[in-house]
Amino acid sequence: MKSFEVRNLWKEYGDQVVLERVHLALAGNEFVTIVGASGCGKTTFLKMLMGDEVPTRGELLLDGEPLPTEPGPDRGVVFQRYSVFPHLTALENVMLGLELRQAPLAGRLFGAARTAVREQAAQGLAAVGLQAALDKYPAQLSGGMQQRLAIAQAVIMRPRILLLDEPFGALDPGIRSDMHGLILDLWRQGDMGVFMITHDLHEGFELGTRLLVFDKVRDDPQAPEAYGATITFDIPLQRRPPPDVMEAVRRATAPAGAPS
Amino acid sequence: MRRLINRKPGRAAALGLGLLPFVLVVIAYLFGSHTRLQDNPADKLLPPPAVMVDAIERLALEPSKRSGQRLLWADTAASLQRLGLGVGLSAVLGLVFGVAIGVVPHIRATLGHFLVVLSMIPPLAVLPILFIVFGLGELSKVVLIVIGVAPFIMRDLAARVAELPRELMIKGQTLGASTWQIITRVVLPQLWPRLIHSVRLMLGPAWLFLIAAEAIAATDGLGYRIFLVRRYLAMDVILPYVAWITLLAFLFDWLLQKWARRAFPWAEPAP
Ligand SMILES: Nc1ncnc2c1ncn2[C@@H]1O[C@H](COP(=O)(O)OP(=O)(O)OP(=O)(O)O)[C@@H](O)[C@H]1O
Ligand SMILES: [Mg+2]
Repeated sequence: MKSFEVRNLWKEYGDQVVLERVHLALAGNEFVTIVGASGCGKTTFLKMLMGDEVPTRGELLLDGEPLPTEPGPDRGVVFQRYSVFPHLTALENVMLGLELRQAPLAGRLFGAARTAVREQAAQGLAAVGLQAALDKYPAQLSGGMQQRLAIAQAVIMRPRILLLDEPFGALDPGIRSDMHGLILDLWRQGDMGVFMITHDLHEGFELGTRLLVFDKVRDDPQAPEAYGATITFDIPLQRRPPPDVMEAVRRATAPAGAPS
Repeated sequence: MRRLINRKPGRAAALGLGLLPFVLVVIAYLFGSHTRLQDNPADKLLPPPAVMVDAIERLALEPSKRSGQRLLWADTAASLQRLGLGVGLSAVLGLVFGVAIGVVPHIRATLGHFLVVLSMIPPLAVLPILFIVFGLGELSKVVLIVIGVAPFIMRDLAARVAELPRELMIKGQTLGASTWQIITRVVLPQLWPRLIHSVRLMLGPAWLFLIAAEAIAATDGLGYRIFLVRRYLAMDVILPYVAWITLLAFLFDWLLQKWARRAFPWAEPAP
C-alpha cells in the first residue's frame, strides 16, 4: 500500500492553470526530488503539501486521510530563506517546537523540563555540526549554517514529511555536497518522507530515491496560461539512471525558448 | 577625484561637522542679541545669556512665592507625567490592536478600515470635545495624546506584522504553534524593537499634543508656563524652556534607541 497519494490535483490562480492532472503514489519514506522549469509550479505543489495553499481540484492523501489544510507539526519545512527565527539563538530556534508542544499557554519551559529540552536541542544541533554555534543569532551565522539550523529545527519535530524548497539553492557547491550527506543521514534515521525541490539536476539525481519532473504536456503559444504543468517523468532512482534519460529530462527542464 | 558619495569624514571631522550647526546657531544668536541690545537696551526679544541664566536659576532653584514650588521642576514633573501616561497607554493599545489586526484576518477585516479613518481625525479638532467630556483636568490631556498617537502606532505595528516573512508564520505552524503561541513567541518578540521605533517617531507629535493641551487649559506644565509668560514677552523664560523641552525629547529618543540596541541585539539597528 502506498501511504502518500496525489489524485488528479489541479491548481489555478484565476485564469491561470498552474498545475493539472497531477497523479502520484509513493511509499511514505521516499526521498523525492522535484525538478522543472522556473515558474512551472513546483513551489505551488509544495505549498499545497504544507497546507499553505488549497488545491483547486483533487486530493492529497497521507495514509488514506486528506492532508490538513493548514500547516502542522506532521510536515516540516525548510525554505530557501527566512526559515529560522531571527530573534532566537540557534539553540532557542531548535528548542522552540519542543517547548510549544509541552507548554500550550506559556509557550516556554522552565526548570528541569527546560533543561531536558535544551539537552535534546543541543544534540539536534550537534547532529548538523552546529555544536559551536548554540548561542549565536541567525544573523551571525553563514548561509550554510542557517540552513543547517533550519533543518535541525524541522527534523527535531520528527515530521512525517519534510518539505524542502531549494534549501541549498543559495549555497556554494562545496558546502552543498556537505549538506547532501547531512540530509541523507537525517532522512535515513528519521523514518520520514522527503520532498525536495531543486534547480540542480545533478543534485536531483544524486539525492533522491525518486525524481519527479514537472512540465507542461500541452502548450498553446496563444494562451500560455491555459494549460498547467504536470508530472511528466517519475523516475525511480535505485541506481543511476542511464544517460539518455538524463538528456530527456534536461530538455524538459530547460527554460522555454532556450537552445538545447 | 573620488565621487562625493564615496568620500567619508573621519571620526574627528565627523564630530566637528556634527557640532558645527550648533555652534553656528549659538554664534548667530549671540550676534543678534548683541546688536539688538546695542540699538535698544530695553529689548526683550533676544535676551543675553546672563539674563537667561538668571531666569533659569530663579525658576529652578527658588521656591515660587505663589505656590512654594520650584517651578521648573514642578512643570517638568507635571508634563512628563502626562506625556508618560499618554505615550505609555498608546504603546499598550498600539501593541494589542496592532498585533490583533495584523495576525487575525477577521479582526483585520473588522477594524482595519475603521482604524485608518480613526487615525485621520485631527486630534486638536476634538480637543474641545475632550475638555467638555473629560473636564479640564489631567484626563483630557492624556486622552488627547492617546487619540493622536495610538492609532498611528496601531497602524504601524499592524503593517509590521504583515511585513513579517510569511515563511516564518508557516514555520511556526509546522513547529506546532497555535495562534496564541504564534503571537507570543513569533510575532510579539519580533515587534518589540518596532514598537520602540514607532514610539520614538511618535514622541514628537506627543509633545505637540501635550503642549497644545497645556497651553489651552492647565495650571502647571512646561507648555502652560511658556504660554503664560508669553504675555510678558518673557523670552528669557521661553527660550530656556524650549531648549529644556528639546533636550528632554532628545534624551528620550536617545535612551529608547540605546535600549532597543541593547535589548534586541538580533534586530537590525533602527536609524
Ligand atoms: N499567489 C499567487 N497568485 C497568483 N499566481 C501565482 C501565485 N503563486 C504562484 N503563482 C504563479 O504560479 C506559477 C508557478 O509558480 P511557482 O512559484 O510554483 O513556480 P516554481 O516552479 O516554484 O518556480 P521557481 O523554480 O522559479 O521557484 C507562476 O506562474 C506564478 O506566477
Ligand atoms: Mg519555487
